[in-house]
Amino acid sequence: MTYIPISPNERDAMLKTVGVKTLDGLFDAVPQKHRFPELDLPPALTEMEAAALLSEMATTDENVREHLISFLGAGAYNHYIPSVVDHILRRGEFYTAYTPYQPEISQGTLQAIFEYQSLMTNLTGMEVSNASHYDGATATAEAVNLAFAQFRGKRKKVVMSPTVHPQYREVIRTYSQGMGLEEAGDDASVDLEVGPEALMSLTDENTMLVVVQYPDFFGRIYDYTKLIEDAHTKGALVCIVANPTALLMLKTPASMGADIVVGEAQPFGIPLWYGGPYLGFFTTKKSYVHKMAGRLIGETVDNRGQRSYVLTLTAREQHIKRERATSNICSNQGLLALAAAVYMSTLGKTGLQQVANLCYQKAHYAASELSKIDGFGLCFSEPFFHEFVLCCPKPASEVNEYLLANGILGGYDLGKDYPALENHILMAFTEMNSKQEIDTLVEVLKEMSHE
Amino acid sequence: MNVPANLKYTKSDEWFDPSSGSMGITDYAQGQLSDIVFVELLVEEGEDVTAGKAIASVESVKASAEIYVSAAGKVSAVNKGLSDKPETLNSDPYGEGWMIKVAGGVAGDVMDAAAYEKYCEERAQ
Repeated sequence: MTYIPISPNERDAMLKTVGVKTLDGLFDAVPQKHRFPELDLPPALTEMEAAALLSEMATTDENVREHLISFLGAGAYNHYIPSVVDHILRRGEFYTAYTPYQPEISQGTLQAIFEYQSLMTNLTGMEVSNASHYDGATATAEAVNLAFAQFRGKRKKVVMSPTVHPQYREVIRTYSQGMGLEEAGDDASVDLEVGPEALMSLTDENTMLVVVQYPDFFGRIYDYTKLIEDAHTKGALVCIVANPTALLMLKTPASMGADIVVGEAQPFGIPLWYGGPYLGFFTTKKSYVHKMAGRLIGETVDNRGQRSYVLTLTAREQHIKRERATSNICSNQGLLALAAAVYMSTLGKTGLQQVANLCYQKAHYAASELSKIDGFGLCFSEPFFHEFVLCCPKPASEVNEYLLANGILGGYDLGKDYPALENHILMAFTEMNSKQEIDTLVEVLKEMSHE
Repeated sequence: MNVPANLKYTKSDEWFDPSSGSMGITDYAQGQLSDIVFVELLVEEGEDVTAGKAIASVESVKASAEIYVSAAGKVSAVNKGLSDKPETLNSDPYGEGWMIKVAGGVAGDVMDAAAYEKYCEERAQ
């Protein structure tokens, strides 16, 4: 069967309407010599041959489940995902990311989003959560958009800590092109030992937003209360980019006074994959809800008095604001928000706290063992959660190469983003790393230090 | 439909009071929008506004709309309490629902009450 449903009669009628005699006549405008250029391609394969070739290529991939011990984090973390997450996701009723405009046929999806929002606000301590953004970086950039709209463009300065994830800062710069913003603090060559108070001198009456990360990119935990108080006296908003797993153990950003709390929710039930699709979460105060992108699901009662859910607010979206829309994010990571909601509700409060505790304990065990090796040590003395910077006697790239030769995916080479930190590796630990794996890492690095 | 005779009206359903310099949305507009749940005023006192500039963003359960300046001038007052009580726009669009006042307001392309009433009736058909 042919998959083109047009009949010869219909085709002729269409050609006649546009005034062309044959199908080829439609392409007269394309010069003859450009119609079938010589393509330098290998000979065609049958489907069977192509499938064999691709599966052979796939076996050369090394992944953290079967082949490598991984201590790489820097924004994406290898956590265990209960199998129920995938089972729920793949149910036909859920298997779409599209925005449920019609509550009468979408109660399941609407309730799932409502649960996701409730869980995220619980986690961050904030009042409202949308559902959702592409990833942590774009959610962070949306905080800039919110602040810009809040001050209606009258404040132009964004103060960014140099220890916000480098890629997130890059995305903010991309998003804010043409907005005429002034960026301060976003300088990888500053003294990275200084705490967040250094940002206070950069914050002024023209500042719309201060962005910090919690724990910061180097894994350090700071209390941002003072910084936020200072920003608020100057009238600026503060956005905290938070790791959701860390929030299970730490003081909430809301209790420090944050106005916007965003981050990457990949650690909650989403595989590492190849860097995406991930899930950006975005939470804020009720007073900013009309400046928030995306959708907000609310609980209500139907005409029979039964509990039900509706699309309550989509203040900036295209289907509401038409040509005045400033966002079109609605149909995005719905499926991944569902994954996060299932993950959180499956583990429950106690289970999630156990995950956080395991990450914390393993990272601290690793830190104490690694700092015993000659030439290695922790770079910073601040408290950390499941990630820290390891100072090495050699460039990080060489250390990582050595580790990889021993079946270990090392940490993140900080020299790529911070020229002064060439010998520094950002190491991450999760519940997936057994004590034995950590001991292997220590042994391998010991061998290296003796060579 | 309430169309006070002393006011001037725009095609985008704003009113302007030449004697007080106040402006806001018409009874027809609030009826079309239905229950108004959010209003944000976009200008501040002392600002110079010109006809066609957005002075407020309004959201109802049905739609969202921008409200435009009906007469150019310097903003002398802003109804700040409005954002806490957006429903005022439904209950009293010409009174408590005023949005801003301008000093020495110069009305743009406006109609009188009779012309505006006719304009609304035409659209209702």
